[in-house]
Amino acid sequence: MPFLVYVEQRDGRIPKPCWQALSEGRRMADARGESLIACIMGNRVSDLADAIFEYGVDDLFLHEHESLARYETEPHAALLSDIQKKTSATIVLMGQTSMTRDLAPRVAERLGAGLVTDCTGMFWDDQGLLYLRPLYAGKVTARLRMHTPIQMVLLRPNIFPMAKKAGAGRVHRVVAEPSPARAKVVDIVWQQRDRPELTDAEIIVSGGRGLGKAEGFQLIEELADLLGAAVGASRAAVDAGWQGQPQQVGQTGKVVTPNLYVACGISGAVQHMAGMSTSRCIMAVNKDPEANIMKVADLSLEGDLYEVLPALMRGIEEKKQQRP
Amino acid sequence: MNVMVCIKQTFDTEARIILNGAGEIDGNSVLQIMNPSDEYAVEEGIRLKERYGGQVTVITVGDDAAVKSLQQALAMGADHAVLVSDPRLKMLDSHGIAVVLSRVIGRMEYDIILCGRLSIDGANAEVPSRLAERLDLPQVNLVSKLQVSAEGKVDARRDIEGGVEIVETNLPAVITVQKGINEVRYPSLRLVMQAKKMPIRKLGLDDLDLTAEDVSSPITIEGYLFPPPRRQGRTLTGSLPEIIPEVIRFLYEEQKIL
Ligand SMILES: Cc1cc2nc3c(=O)[nH]c(=O)nc-3n(C[C@H](O)[C@H](O)[C@H](O)COP(=O)(O)OP(=O)(O)OC[C@H]3O[C@@H](n4cnc5c(N)ncnc54)[C@H](O)[C@@H]3O)c2cc1C
Ligand SMILES: Nc1ncnc2c1ncn2[C@@H]1O[C@H](COP(=O)(O)O)[C@@H](O)[C@H]1O
Repeated sequence: MPFLVYVEQRDGRIPKPCWQALSEGRRMADARGESLIACIMGNRVSDLADAIFEYGVDDLFLHEHESLARYETEPHAALLSDIQKKTSATIVLMGQTSMTRDLAPRVAERLGAGLVTDCTGMFWDDQGLLYLRPLYAGKVTARLRMHTPIQMVLLRPNIFPMAKKAGAGRVHRVVAEPSPARAKVVDIVWQQRDRPELTDAEIIVSGGRGLGKAEGFQLIEELADLLGAAVGASRAAVDAGWQGQPQQVGQTGKVVTPNLYVACGISGAVQHMAGMSTSRCIMAVNKDPEANIMKVADLSLEGDLYEVLPALMRGIEEKKQQRP
Repeated sequence: MNVMVCIKQTFDTEARIILNGAGEIDGNSVLQIMNPSDEYAVEEGIRLKERYGGQVTVITVGDDAAVKSLQQALAMGADHAVLVSDPRLKMLDSHGIAVVLSRVIGRMEYDIILCGRLSIDGANAEVPSRLAERLDLPQVNLVSKLQVSAEGKVDARRDIEGGVEIVETNLPAVITVQKGINEVRYPSLRLVMQAKKMPIRKLGLDDLDLTAEDVSSPITIEGYLFPPPRRQGRTLTGSLPEIIPEVIRFLYEEQKIL
């Protein structure tokens, strides 16, 4: 029962959650002595094969067609279903992104497969695979088992480590005319590709109502750029119009798992915590020592963020100069 | 334009999660609300009706308590409400819900199906795409701006990482919406009281010619784990010249993040 990983790409870029899914797929397959199959679709994607083989993929199904230049649900769902049938893969893994969130449930319904989304752990035991999956905004984690012949999993970004594995795999070119898309992507408008994406950033600097004004986010962005970080926001900051909805972290925004989450002028409401409490390290800057965020942060800086952040940036700049 | 809106009643975001004697999540004393993104779906549906005429039908699969969310949608301006509840629907998962919804909607006249982007209890974001597959309809997920013409042409902005996709399709289609697409109206007390008197159509599995097997869940829950509370970290107070070197040491040497 081989493992199949769907490798997504946009304009030839493969996002981090996909590499994590490949790594986890390899590890899980190894634990059972199974093979790892990957598939990738797009207009010109042959160039990506080498990078994919660095993760120990045994067989790569590669489908190039100009009509696949952009991700559109129906043709991709049909092709992925076909590849599953062709390979008889029983476990289908994907890194969780807006693309796979769209694709996986459609394919699962078509294949009669079970699907665990937002998976934070998977283990072999004597009965098969056991999956961990947070519920109720992370207040509880369920231990799940799927009883379908085909099991599909979306892995929460940044939970599963990336691990390369040497090996030589085979490329299988798929030739088939993709089915037409009834929902067509006519354009993609990129808003910010100069900063890392929230859901796969290693560091996130977030601002909240405590910034007091829209311009306050300049300070957040400066710190973010100094750290190579993504910019996040609390709902209060989004509702005030200081940041766009895609930047909102929390139960009704994005769930993030960076190595470092810096919360500036954010009180740490449960709905906000729901989106970032699994960050490896949390740092808070707040003038109120009683704010909830100060009780859960690994390091809390008590003070006015308009004084603390500039001083912190100077400190980091000095440190960077010492370490070439 | 006949609009179908699928809504789910979920736990309030502040709800404390506790287990009952059988080790299952106990929802008895928990405040229940309409799933947040479904409010935007109801609002968007009512706006379509206001523009093009027609009717808005809200549908939920749940227990009798879910009447509360249906009434909220009726007060906002929905015309009809359908509650599917059945003792055999207990351990429902996304597939089972999609089976039920596709059967209910498949027997009605509809032009567009609106859903929330995800329900905050399970955060699955599965039901709408599964529903689209079952009804053989196009789907557009995560829509933050929607334009529908009188002829049924759809122009939607779908949020992706770092940008937006401009998606075109034709009705009928399944569309999931999220915060930012509109401002949800708050109905007056008079409308709230009126909605309580409006009829709610209740259906069971038999009415839909479905069996327990049709909707059975292929997923079992073997138990729950409660994450350990984050331990209290350190708080630095004092003058900036004192605390900044501490922070630098913390980030570079202690945590080795930078
Ligand atoms: C259904 C529902 C869903 C929700 N979903 C989300 C969600 O997804 N994400 C989310 O974030 N929220 C969400 N919320 C809102 C949440 O309950 C809080 O209202 C929100 O997170 C508060 O944002 P905040 O921390 O920026 O503001 P506040 O709670 O007002 O906190 C501001 C903080 O800034 C500090 N401060 C003020 N001035 C300064 C200064 N000069 N220097 C340093 N510190 C300062 C204050 O001490 C305070 O702690 C949701 C609420 C509901 C009801
Ligand atoms: N039990 C249900 N009854 C009606 N609609 C539902 C139900 N569950 C989910 N939905 C719809 O599907 C959307 C996504 O839910 P989910 O797939 O559970 O994350 C919700 O926002 C609702 O619009």
